[in-house]
Amino acid sequence: MNKSQLIEALAKEENLPIKKAEEVVETFFSDMEKALIKNQRVEVRGLGSFKIKEYGGYHGRNPKTGDVIKVTPKKLPFFKVGKELKERVDIHNYR
Amino acid sequence: MTLTKADIIDVLYNNGFSRKQSVRLLESLLEIIKSNLEKGDSLLISGFGKFSVREKGSRIGRNPKTGEEVIINERRIVSFKCSTVLRDKINGIQ
Repeated sequence: MNKSQLIEALAKEENLPIKKAEEVVETFFSDMEKALIKNQRVEVRGLGSFKIKEYGGYHGRNPKTGDVIKVTPKKLPFFKVGKELKERVDIHNYR
Repeated sequence: MTLTKADIIDVLYNNGFSRKQSVRLLESLLEIIKSNLEKGDSLLISGFGKFSVREKGSRIGRNPKTGEEVIINERRIVSFKCSTVLRDKINGIQ
């Protein structure tokens, strides 16, 4: 499923014009994006939480050529699945 | 400061949805996302990232406290991969 399919599904489920459903979906993801850019934590009960993890730099190696590559420090959002989603997705509940 | 559902509802309310509708629409959106993942289908949000469901086989783990070996059953988990666009924004790369 992609974003436009998600918008369509919401419009259908809630009997909303596509434009309105699009606003909801865009608001949801852009709010989370803005928070993460500001290094804020995001917590959506039932779905999961995001927080920025900082990774230190290191010297890597190109396995083919053996060249040393400097990997610079980076920040990445880490997603921790929420309890409800975790349980619903797990195979034992699925089967 | 943590962004929560209440903050997202506030933004929807400020965009012209009623309070009641804002709550309902967010919950409905979340339910669609969750049931989609529950079916094993991934969710790709361009510019944000991709949520996918992965199957993990069973393996032998160890209780780190007691050192006892335990069988970890096969399971399905949700994983998230950040989009390169968002990743660059988080790292201040234009």
